[in-house]
Amino acid sequence: MEMGWLPVVLLAVPLLGTLPLLLAPQALHPRLHTYGLVLSGLTLALAVLLAATFDHSRGAVPQFEVDQAWIPGLGLRFHLGVDGISLPLIVLTALLTFLCFVYLCWGSARKGFAGARPRALVFTLLVLEVGMLGTFLALDLLLFFVFFEIVLVPMYFLIGIWGGTGRRAASIKFILYTLLGSVVMLIGLLLVWAQTGTLDIEALNAAHGAGMSRSVQIIAFIAIGIGLAVKTPMWPLHTWLPDAHTEAPTVGSVLLAGVLLKMGTYGFARIALPVLPEGAAAVAPWLGALAVVGIIYGALACLAQRDLKRMIAYSSVGHMGFVLLGFATLTPVGVNGALFANVAHGLITGLLFFLAGAVKDRYHTADMPSLGGGMLATLPRLGSLLTFAAIASLGLPGLAGFWGEMLALFGAFQPANGLPRGLFLTYMVIGGLGAVLTAAYFLLMLSRVTHGRPRAVARDEDVTSDEGVTPDERPVVPLGPPQARSATATLEPSPAPVRHGDEPSDGHDPQAEPQEVRRAVDDVRRHELLAWTPLVALILLFGLWPGLLLTLTTPAVQTLLGAVS
Amino acid sequence: MIQQIDYFVIAPPLVLALAAGLVLLLDAFLPARPRTRTALGLVALAGVLVSLGFVGAQAAGGAPARSTFCVPPDLAGPGGACSFVTDRFTLVFAGLVLVAGVVVVLMSMTELAAGGIPVGEWYFLLLCTLVGAVTLPASRDLIMLVVALELVSLPVFALTAMKRYDGRASEAAVKLFVVSVVSTAVMLFGVSLLYGIAGTVHLSRLAAVFSGQSPAPGMAWETLPAVGTVGVVLVVAGFAFKIAAVPFHSWAADVYQGAPVPVAALLSVISKAAGFAGLILILVAGLSGQAATWAPIVGIVAALTMTAGNLLALRQRSAVRLLAWSSVAQSGYILAPLAIAGDTSSHTTAIGTSMAYLVIYAAMNLGAFAVVMLVSRTATRNELDDYRGLALREPAAGLALAFCLVCLAGLPPGLAGLFAKVFVFREIVEGGWGWLALVMAVNTVIGLYYYAVWAARLFTPGVAAVRRRPPPATWPAIGVSLVAAVLFSIAPQLVLDMTSFTAFG
Repeated sequence: MEMGWLPVVLLAVPLLGTLPLLLAPQALHPRLHTYGLVLSGLTLALAVLLAATFDHSRGAVPQFEVDQAWIPGLGLRFHLGVDGISLPLIVLTALLTFLCFVYLCWGSARKGFAGARPRALVFTLLVLEVGMLGTFLALDLLLFFVFFEIVLVPMYFLIGIWGGTGRRAASIKFILYTLLGSVVMLIGLLLVWAQTGTLDIEALNAAHGAGMSRSVQIIAFIAIGIGLAVKTPMWPLHTWLPDAHTEAPTVGSVLLAGVLLKMGTYGFARIALPVLPEGAAAVAPWLGALAVVGIIYGALACLAQRDLKRMIAYSSVGHMGFVLLGFATLTPVGVNGALFANVAHGLITGLLFFLAGAVKDRYHTADMPSLGGGMLATLPRLGSLLTFAAIASLGLPGLAGFWGEMLALFGAFQPANGLPRGLFLTYMVIGGLGAVLTAAYFLLMLSRVTHGRPRAVARDEDVTSDEGVTPDERPVVPLGPPQARSATATLEPSPAPVRHGDEPSDGHDPQAEPQEVRRAVDDVRRHELLAWTPLVALILLFGLWPGLLLTLTTPAVQTLLGAVS
Repeated sequence: MIQQIDYFVIAPPLVLALAAGLVLLLDAFLPARPRTRTALGLVALAGVLVSLGFVGAQAAGGAPARSTFCVPPDLAGPGGACSFVTDRFTLVFAGLVLVAGVVVVLMSMTELAAGGIPVGEWYFLLLCTLVGAVTLPASRDLIMLVVALELVSLPVFALTAMKRYDGRASEAAVKLFVVSVVSTAVMLFGVSLLYGIAGTVHLSRLAAVFSGQSPAPGMAWETLPAVGTVGVVLVVAGFAFKIAAVPFHSWAADVYQGAPVPVAALLSVISKAAGFAGLILILVAGLSGQAATWAPIVGIVAALTMTAGNLLALRQRSAVRLLAWSSVAQSGYILAPLAIAGDTSSHTTAIGTSMAYLVIYAAMNLGAFAVVMLVSRTATRNELDDYRGLALREPAAGLALAFCLVCLAGLPPGLAGLFAKVFVFREIVEGGWGWLALVMAVNTVIGLYYYAVWAARLFTPGVAAVRRRPPPATWPAIGVSLVAAVLFSIAPQLVLDMTSFTAFG
C-alpha cells in the first residue's frame, strides 16, 4: 500500500491554510483562533492516520515515500518519508501545535498577548508547523536543511512580537545563534555531497559512509554536529536558549522546547550518526563529554535560577545532555534511550512550559520568590499539575522521563566497541550524579512554589500589582545565595529608554492590572485542562508502557547503527 | 574590405540607442507638461521592452552563438576573433540588465513625477547606460570592453547629479566621478600592459597567449614576465572599483545615499552586473591561463568584500546606506565562486553559479529598492525608523519588503536567496576552498542581523505617517521584482537552466 500523498498533505494543510489568512483576512477575522484550531486539528488527524497506517513491522524502512525532482541542477529532490524514528516526532509536533491552538482558542490567552495581532499569530504558528513537520519528514539532505531553516523566521517573530520585555535581544540572539549553527551545518552537508555525489539520505544511510575518508567524515561530522548542537542545544552552545525561553510567549516556549530542540537531536539520529559512522565513532567521546558537562551544568544552573521559565529552560539543557549521551554511546540501547528521552522531554517540558505560562498569567511574574509558595493550597489543581510535571521531569520511574535517561545511562555502561569503556563509565557516573541534581532542583522548585505557607490573598494582590518594582528587596528566605543579576534582569522592567522605545508593549496596561489580577487568580480553567490532559495522559502512558515507543524505534535504530558497530 | 554587420545581433543595443535619441528629440519638441513626463517615460519603457524582445528572439533563435565585427578569417588565426558575440552568457546578462532596466524606468517615473528633474535628459542618460550594459557582456575585445564600461559609467555621474538642488547629490556625483575615472585609468593601464605583451586585444587570442598555446608576438619568453602579473592585477583592480569590492568600496554608501533612489538601484544592479560581466570575460575568457595569479586575489577580495560590507551595514540608520553596504557584501558572495573559476575543470559551473547568484540578487535587491522608493516619498530622510509599522500601514509594500529582506538574508521563505547561497557554498566546498566557505558562513550570520532588525521594524507598530497616494508606476516596479523573486523561490531550477552554459563563443 503506497500512501505517498499523506506526508505531502500533512505539509500542505498548514501551508495552504496560511493563504486564506493573507487573502481573505476580513472573512476570517471573528474566528481566527478557531480557524487555526481546525487546521492544526486536521493536521493532527492526518498525523494520527499516518501513525495508524504505518506498517509497524517494517519500522526500519521509510514508508509513505514521495520522491520528486525539485532542483535537478542542485540534485535536490523533494523526498519525504516516515520511519520509526521520525513517526513519534511527527505526531508529537502535530499534537503540541494543536494543543497550543487549544490553549489560544479559549480563555484569557485571547485577551493577553495573543489579543494583539491574532491573524499574524495564527499565520506564524502554521508556518512554524510546516517547518517542524518538514524537518522530520525530509529524506534529502538539502531539503532537511531548508525545513530546518524555515522555522527560524516564524520563531523569531513569535519571540520578537509576542514575547516579554527583553524580547528583542532574545529574538535576535536566537536567530543569529541558530543561523550560525545551520550555516556551518550546511557546509558539512555540502561536504558530504561533494564527496559522495548524492543528497539522498536513504542512499547515504545504505552506503554507511562509503566513499568518504575518515578525515572527511570527522570534519563533516563536526560541522554538521555544530549545527545540530546549537539547536539541541549542547553545552557550551546553549546560551541562546534561556533568553529565548524566558522571553517567548507560552506557545512559543512550548513549541521551542517540545519540538524545535528535537530537530537538533533528530538530526543526529537521521544524518550525523548513520551517514558518517567513522566520524561519529571518532567524535563520540567528545560528544559524550560535552553531554555530561551539559547535564551537570544544566542542573547547577537550574539550582541558581529564580525565574521559573528560565529554570525550565536550563533543565532542557540537562535533559538534552542525556539525549546526547545516549547518542554518543553508539549502542542500540543508548540511541533508543536518546530517542525515547527526546519524545518524553517534548511531552514533559511542553507541559511544564504550559504550566509556567499559566503561573505567569495568574501572578504576572515567574519569579519564584515573588510567587511565594503554597500554590497547592491556593491553586490546588495547578499546583498538583506542576508537581506532577516536575516529578515526571526529574525522572520518577513509572513516568515517561525515567526510561530515556535510564537507557542512556545504561548505554554508557556498555558503549559500542571501539569506544573507551572507562571513559564512558565515568560519564555514566557523572550523568547519574546529574540525575540526582535534577531531582534536587525540581524538589527545590516545588518547595518554593507549591509547598510552604501561602501568602494572604490581599498581600498576593499587592505583590502582583507592584511586582517588578522591587522584587529583589524583599527578604528571600527559602532561596540560596542571592542570584546574579542575569537571573532577574528579565523581570525588572528596565527603564523606558532601554526598553526599546520602538516596540511599545502590547502586554498589560499597568492601570488595569489590579482588577485583572483579582479576576485572573483562579485555578485551572477548562481550556487549560483540555490542552494539558493529553500531555499528562501520554506521560503516564509512555511511563507505564515504554515498549510502545521502543518497539517503534528499535528496528530503525538497529539499521542506522548497522554502520557504526 | 567591407565589414559585414549582422544587425540582428546588435539589435538590442541599437534599439536602446535609437530610443535614447528619440527621447531627447521628443523632449526638445514636446511642450513641458506633466503628461509629457509620462509619455517620455513610456517611450523609454517601450525602448527597453523592444530591446528585451530582441534578446528574447535571439535566445529563442537557437543555440549557436552569433557574432559580428569579426577579424577576417585569414587574419584571425585559429578560433577566429570577433568583437561582438551573442551567446548564452551575453543573453543572460542582457536579459538581466534589461529587466532591471524596466524596473528602474518604472521607479524613475515615480521619481520624476515630483518634477524638479529634467525628464528628457534623465531618460536619455538612463538608456545610454543600458546601451553600455547590454553591449558589455557581448564584447570580446579589450577596447570594446573598456568603451562599453565607460558607456555604463559616464551617464551615471550625470544621473547622480540630476537633483541639482540637493547638495548631497552633487557631492555624490563628484565622488563617483573621481573614483570611476581613477579606476578607468588604472584599468586602461592594465589593458595596455596586456596588449603590450600579447599584441592583440581580442580575448580569444589573449587567452591563447597567456595560456602559452601561442607565443607572444615578437618576443621569445619562456615564461611570461612579471609585467603580465601587473597587468592582470591592474585590470582586476579596475573592475573591482565598478563592483565596489574591497579595497575600492568606500564610495558606495555616500553615492547611493546622495543619488536619487532609482539611480542607486541602477548602480546596485545594472552597473554591478556590467562590472561582473566584464570581470568574468577578462578573467575567464581572456586570462584563464593566468588563474594562478588571479584566483587567490579574487578569493581574498571576495572574503574581504563580504566581511567589510556586512560589518559596515551593521551600524547604518539610513535605509539606502544599509542597502549600499549590503550590496557590497552581496558582491562578495557573487565574487566568491569566481575564485574557483580559475580551475579549468570547473570554470563553467563556477561562472554559472556567480551568474545565478547575480540574477537572484537582482530580483530581490530591486524589490527592496522599489519599496524604499515608495517610502522615500513620505519620509524624506528615509531612515530605518521610518519603516516602523509599514506592514501594518501598507501591508502589500511591507510584506514585499519583508520578503525581499528575508531573501537577501537567505532564509526561508525567501528560498531564492537561500538557494543562491547554497549554490555558492556548494561551488566553494566542491572547489576545496573551505576557509572561504567558513568566512561566508560567518558573514551570512552577520548579514542576517541587520536584515532581521529591519524586517522586524516593519511589523512593530509605529507612528502613523502621512499617507500619500503612491504614483501608479511604483506598484508594477515592486510587482515585477517580487514576482521574479517568488518565482525563483519556487523554481530555482529556472535560474540554473538559464545560467548553465558550456563555453564562451
